[in-house]
Amino acid sequence: MLVIRRDLVEEMVAHARRDHPREACGQLLGPEESDRPERYVPMTNADDAGAQGSDYRFDSREQFAVYKDAATRDEETVVVFHSHTRVPRRPLTDSGLPEAYPSVKDIEFMGLQPGVHFAIVAITGPDSSYDLRSFLLDDAGEVVEDEVQVVENYMFSHTGPNDIPPVAPLG
Amino acid sequence: MSATVSIPTILRTHTGGEKQVKAEGSTLQEVISDLEANHPGIKDRLVTDGALHRFVNVYVNDEDVRFAGGLDAQVPDNGTVTILPAVAGGR
Repeated sequence: MLVIRRDLVEEMVAHARRDHPREACGQLLGPEESDRPERYVPMTNADDAGAQGSDYRFDSREQFAVYKDAATRDEETVVVFHSHTRVPRRPLTDSGLPEAYPSVKDIEFMGLQPGVHFAIVAITGPDSSYDLRSFLLDDAGEVVEDEVQVVENYMFSHTGPNDIPPVAPLG
Repeated sequence: MSATVSIPTILRTHTGGEKQVKAEGSTLQEVISDLEANHPGIKDRLVTDGALHRFVNVYVNDEDVRFAGGLDAQVPDNGTVTILPAVAGGR
């Protein structure tokens, strides 16, 4: 499950809309091994085909600069984000949005980052509604959908049984 | 000539979980050969058909080696080599 703050979802969606019809990409960083995204870093789409709205690739030098900065803060990549825009070969869902499901190429590259959530925002235009889904690869390399839980803040989100306060004994 | 190599999560199975390892060599090619000698199997994850695999980015100090000679990139003594997974998708 991906538990994510609403303002971070809004940042990703705003980036997808701003860059449409190009695919937008970025990453959400959080404390190491926390699985908790804390800040959004938009990345430059360096893929030439990105101009046709079909592919994305992090600019490698920018990626290194973000990696070094994150390391000094004990942060790591929790979520890799990209948008799906409307291209002819991409299936549309019943709601008329491009399918927010990883492509073959998406899955190849997902295999390099075990444990990282891959979030996809599908839009048809700068003013359209959107669909947000997230995926992970399991240990067998199969794509599994990762339920997205959008929260206002992490303090009150339920993150596990340890958060349930013990019941005080009676008497 | 010794360099410090940062290993991404996906390749730490080859380094016994270590995030950083030392390797000898004055070019990236030599550093990778030395890595392979001590951590068998890692070379195939980095190099294919005599060039860097498209799934990885490799940096010597602060420069992406794709812009600095690829496998022939010079690695200075006490330099750092950072391996990151390439992030891409589409189609």
